[in-house]
Amino acid sequence: MEKLPPISLYVHIPFCVKKCDYCDFLSAPADERVRQEYVSALVREITSYRETALARRPVRSIFLGGGTPSVLSVQQIGRILQAIRDYFYVNRDACEISMEMNPGTADREKCFELCKLGINRFSIGLQSPDDACLRRLGRIHTYRQFLDTYGWLREAGCSNINIDLMSALPGQHLGDYADGLHKVCELGPEHISAYSLILEEGTPLFDRYYSLHNATNGRGAGEDGFDSWSLPDEDEERGMYHETKRILAAYGYERYEISNYARAGYACYHNCVYWQRGEYLGLGLGAASLLSERRLKNTVDLPAYLGGRTIDEEQTLLLDEKDRMEETMYLGLRMMQGVDRNRFRETFHRTVEQVYGPVIEKYRSMGLLQTTDSHIMLTEKGVDVSNVIFADFLL
Amino acid sequence: MINQDRIRNFCIIAHIDHGKSTLADRIIEMTGALTEREMQAQVLDNMDLERERGITIKAQTVRIIYKAKDGQEYILNLIDTPGHVDFNYEVSRALAACDGAILVVDAAQGIEAQTLANVYLALDHDLDVFPVINKIDLPSAEPQRVKDEIEDVIGLEAQDAPLISAKNGIGIEDVLEKVVSAIPAPKGDALAPLKALIFDSLYDSYKGVIIFCRIVDGTVKKGTRIRMMATGATAEVVEVGYFGAGQFIPCEELTAGLVGYITASIKNVRDTAVGDTVTDDNRPCDAPLPGYKKVQSMVYCGVYPADGAKYPELRDALEKLQLNDASLQYEPETSVALGFGFRCGFLGLLHLDVIQERLEREYNLDLVTTAPSVVYKVYKTDGEVIELTNPTNLPDPSEIEHMEEPIVEAEIMVTTEFIGPIMELCQQRRGIYHGMEYMEETRALLKYDLPLNEIIYDFFDALKSRSRGYASFDYDLKGYVPSSLVKLDILINREEVDALSFIVHKDGAYERGRKMCEKLKEEIPRHLFEIPIQAAVGGKVIARETVKAMRKDVLAKCYGGDITRKKKLLEKQKEGKKRMRQVGNVEVPQKAFMSVLKLDNQ
Repeated sequence: MEKLPPISLYVHIPFCVKKCDYCDFLSAPADERVRQEYVSALVREITSYRETALARRPVRSIFLGGGTPSVLSVQQIGRILQAIRDYFYVNRDACEISMEMNPGTADREKCFELCKLGINRFSIGLQSPDDACLRRLGRIHTYRQFLDTYGWLREAGCSNINIDLMSALPGQHLGDYADGLHKVCELGPEHISAYSLILEEGTPLFDRYYSLHNATNGRGAGEDGFDSWSLPDEDEERGMYHETKRILAAYGYERYEISNYARAGYACYHNCVYWQRGEYLGLGLGAASLLSERRLKNTVDLPAYLGGRTIDEEQTLLLDEKDRMEETMYLGLRMMQGVDRNRFRETFHRTVEQVYGPVIEKYRSMGLLQTTDSHIMLTEKGVDVSNVIFADFLL
Repeated sequence: MINQDRIRNFCIIAHIDHGKSTLADRIIEMTGALTEREMQAQVLDNMDLERERGITIKAQTVRIIYKAKDGQEYILNLIDTPGHVDFNYEVSRALAACDGAILVVDAAQGIEAQTLANVYLALDHDLDVFPVINKIDLPSAEPQRVKDEIEDVIGLEAQDAPLISAKNGIGIEDVLEKVVSAIPAPKGDALAPLKALIFDSLYDSYKGVIIFCRIVDGTVKKGTRIRMMATGATAEVVEVGYFGAGQFIPCEELTAGLVGYITASIKNVRDTAVGDTVTDDNRPCDAPLPGYKKVQSMVYCGVYPADGAKYPELRDALEKLQLNDASLQYEPETSVALGFGFRCGFLGLLHLDVIQERLEREYNLDLVTTAPSVVYKVYKTDGEVIELTNPTNLPDPSEIEHMEEPIVEAEIMVTTEFIGPIMELCQQRRGIYHGMEYMEETRALLKYDLPLNEIIYDFFDALKSRSRGYASFDYDLKGYVPSSLVKLDILINREEVDALSFIVHKDGAYERGRKMCEKLKEEIPRHLFEIPIQAAVGGKVIARETVKAMRKDVLAKCYGGDITRKKKLLEKQKEGKKRMRQVGNVEVPQKAFMSVLKLDNQ
């Protein structure tokens, strides 16, 4: 067989038990009938790639994301994975198959069966080991429930687990946050994603925070007093951010991307595909793809998707050389190893300095970028303000 | 020749919003000069901007034929005057072209500051003034109270004033009868040498300048060689005519007593200054009409294109606007912060506003304007006197002997409950109290001398907010007085920003400096480094704020590889930067340059 480039698959499951108060992703609770129809539509979409060139390429990773994919039954998830195996080229031993999972959505038996389906990496949305914080975020689970899930997955033999954590939560303080990090590290997951909470307009948390803030004019009051609701100030927030790196490093986790930490050899392959502009196919409602230098997106209209519509042509973006160079920089710099100079030159037939010389020099002199013979990367300080730097890499 | 006994030249004067333009519309309608279909709302205010703002900016004129109850046909020339204090000189010239005036007073509001100012102006020009009470159909109308007020306050006979509703067309005929009976006919000498008053002019791309004039003596017709006595410009008349509603109607000749227009292939309105006298170059009159003065700009500011590449477009636009508006002055200047632009002179803040809006709307330009400044007189130690229009050009303090600033005589009409707050405001603005007159029990007229630079920013807004909108205001330039003035400089990241400098009274420097810094702190976004914002007088820092360094700007999540959403955010960030001005290595948003205008003094 000819040697074809690998591909990754993203499968979107837009359902959850209850929408979290900070969430602005494409997801909502749905009843069993809708879930069943959705799985059928997904299988139909997967089938539509039968015998295409795409389907002949080796699938190196599959990511079941959401929403909360674990709200689907084992049978439903099995159907999806089976369809992928039937119509794509999946080498079971060389494929990272990840699934997002929320505590409280799977019992012991389900955990075992999911592992049996060949899912070899789980990403658990813990967010915080502090139950009060979880309540304020509108999460449905407790730390106890998380420990159950984590334990069952280990029991079932899963050897690659990610734990999602958030910092800068309402009512969170540096001390508790650090304690929480130790607690989680002691469990020994292979991978930790640590994000700062961003209040997105239009989410209940955003509304609640601002109405409370206005009502009390910045001072605490009420039953669940403002103090427990107030967001950490800038210093504290930065403190948490830097503590994360320090504590995780002490436990042997290396930061390989702005918000992702892993033990040696456990960086998420699928995640790196996004940052290094590897090709991926998105399946499901609103799923995004990068194929043949095109960014494609499926429709976000659920009834339309259930009715058979997939790609939303209006959203298709053909990437010209300028777009590709920009992406190479602002996606590549998210990785701590940075942008590979040689790869840039081979791809664009120009050196990265020829295209971005002044910008690189500007941020290098400010101590925000660092350059070596082979790579260009963010410094520790650069990570903090990466957005500003990325915006400057737009041509 | 037209019999002067059958001519009436008049204008309508009123406080803003008392219904002047609506009455003009009704008069034109009544006399059939236009069919209703042709009649746009408020014919005389024909700039979009005028209609939107409900104010008249340029004088407009129309000839109406009216068959009176005495069976005779009369030519009525209605000259509509600008309705704002900025255009006082234009108003005075338009009044000089009339023999009488209709005073419109709102039946609910009664006499306001501009009512008085306009009446006195009309009486100064020896006009016969008669009042009409408008808006009598309003539920709050009190015509009798207003009549009494007019008699008490102004001393005009008002008991038989027509009671009208211009909006609903009630009583318009009474007004016209009154025009015929109460306003005197012109008494010019048609055989004397030509003597005509220019009360307005406009530029037309086909005809050149169109001069609006009142023929005082003599006759003008096609072929007459005319001379503008003040500017000295001469030209041969191509066409004369009178004003239909919204159109120019050519005629054989204009004779003494008439109001009409002259075209003579004149290229620039500057040659036909308002107030100048037109005469026959071959047979000139002895002396020009009195009252001509060169229009002076009262307020100056820097006008810059937001996009530096649009400088030529801005220059062309200013050139075109000036063809029609001789009172707009401009000359090129360069700012370190804003690049190439123009220092523009205006009659007042409204004029500035109007020009700025026209540039943005009619010429599609995006502008950055600097803080408005008045004209200061700088007496240097070497005897030289500079008229300073741009604060940046203030000489070193060691070279200055003293400085003078313009002051105005202001009249503020206010209901008695607000006298306290308004007096406090005037005090804050360095006003000198000159007395108070009670109009009636509940209303008073406050008289103050105020420095012009204290009223050009936000005085009007402050006045309105402290009187819940009830105070009205009028002013007149009085002259210059010595004053302790200093230049307040703003430093952003230790670099002086020329476009933000302004002149301020020494006692107010700290306060303004502090507020400026606070305001700029709000306007300037965080950067990757800390930015000090300082206000300094003569190199000494008097106030400081700091824009803290940005410590975090991270987009953490990227779900399911949806990169386009991320890119949109980055693009938005970059787009925002484009709308900023680079000052050293600081990006300053354009609106920050106007922030001095928005320092709330409450």
